[in-house]
Amino acid sequence: MRQLYGYRRENGKVGIRNHVIILPVDDISNAACEAVAKNIQGTLALPHAYGRLQYGKDLDLHFRTMIGTGANPNVAAAIVIGIEPNWTKIVADGIAKTGKPVAWFSIEGHGDLETIRRASMKAKEFVQWATELQREPIELKDLVVSIKCGESDTTTGLASCPTVAQAVDRLVDAGATVIFGETSELTGGEHLIADRCATPELRAKFMALYDDYIAEIKSSGVDLLGSQPTQGNIAGGLSTIEEKALGNIQKTGTKPIIGVLESAEEPKNGPGLYFMDTSSAAAECITLMAAAGAVVHFFPTGQGNIIGNPIEPVIKVSANPKTVATMSEHIDVDCSGLLSREINLKQAGDQLMDYLCRVVNGRFTAAEALGHREFVMTKLYRSA
Amino acid sequence: MHKFLIHMRGDHVGVATSDIKAGEKVIGVFMDDESTIEVTAKSDIPLGHKIAIADVEKNGRVLKYGLPIGYAPEGFTVGDYVHTHNIRTSRWEV
Repeated sequence: MRQLYGYRRENGKVGIRNHVIILPVDDISNAACEAVAKNIQGTLALPHAYGRLQYGKDLDLHFRTMIGTGANPNVAAAIVIGIEPNWTKIVADGIAKTGKPVAWFSIEGHGDLETIRRASMKAKEFVQWATELQREPIELKDLVVSIKCGESDTTTGLASCPTVAQAVDRLVDAGATVIFGETSELTGGEHLIADRCATPELRAKFMALYDDYIAEIKSSGVDLLGSQPTQGNIAGGLSTIEEKALGNIQKTGTKPIIGVLESAEEPKNGPGLYFMDTSSAAAECITLMAAAGAVVHFFPTGQGNIIGNPIEPVIKVSANPKTVATMSEHIDVDCSGLLSREINLKQAGDQLMDYLCRVVNGRFTAAEALGHREFVMTKLYRSA
Repeated sequence: MHKFLIHMRGDHVGVATSDIKAGEKVIGVFMDDESTIEVTAKSDIPLGHKIAIADVEKNGRVLKYGLPIGYAPEGFTVGDYVHTHNIRTSRWEV
């Protein structure tokens, strides 16, 4: 096993990237954030579509996602820009609890140009500071890893998800934290997840979240026949949601589930495997997991999902021999040898763990190299 | 050389790991005990799609991973191509 190196942050959490982010609190502050990121090299703007007139649980989730994104250990420092001071300060104060450098700017009363000037001065200071930070030796137990698959087909359940499961079990044994989600895509195997919850309370919490999600879908008076499985899933040979879910669940490995999280909620029960209530849409799901503190992601794919995330490197694993040939630039780890039986599951797991270590130590994933930075807020209902 | 894999003994379907032609006699490997089975395919079955390795009666449950992945409204027999044309979800009912 290689020596791992990462960035130990002020609160003791460990990151594997060193971003200085320019975070808009709301949609109308995207332009200023993007201008700052253009002015100052090495900074990263995270534009998104929401943040105005949200209320209740939807607003709570918005703040939790914003704060969690800034607090993620892959982020060295954050500039927060919003249209008005109140919500902007809430987000900045939340991030500042980690002890990392944070500065906030509101646009009203100043205009974009003055805000961009002041925020750029601060961003320059932050990026010069951050670029001097050194990686130091870390261990697997320092990592929070998230998992979610996409554009699944039968090869994901046969090979790429079991390969990820190998890594998940080894990571949990090493004391790392692993998060999975995709509530609706557990349908047909939800009992398998419920049975792995470590306590009756967790089991009840998991089933309540699952039942709520399904009830919400049913309350809209439709079913998910046209959406789950997707057209891509069906082209890849998956016939029903149950078949898709049973393949999906393969990647969670065999360990007990020690925590059941709300969307974007940080795991706090110590190391181990956690379930998070999320959409199964890749960009929304990974954005929520990164906001919970995940620093690296395993993404099994069959037909070839190309998702990335701006702050959390996404490692693509595929066993579909056609996909690894036709979409090779998107695939980090090819485990198609499992289908031809040229390699066994342990070897595939070794290969993935080695790749994980290389990515931890700085190697760009395919999605990073290709510039995939999908940052998508989950919206619970329409704004006021 | 095998052309399909089956998750476990007792499953009704296997998954093609290469494209299979109609009339082709193909070998499948059970992943739980490495034993093999030979089946004659009744239709073309593309890589990643399912081949029946057991008969399932009308409205019978279809097992894969040892668990139901839906039901077969008209049933199917060994060698059939199994997909959305002959199996249905047992979930998502409104």
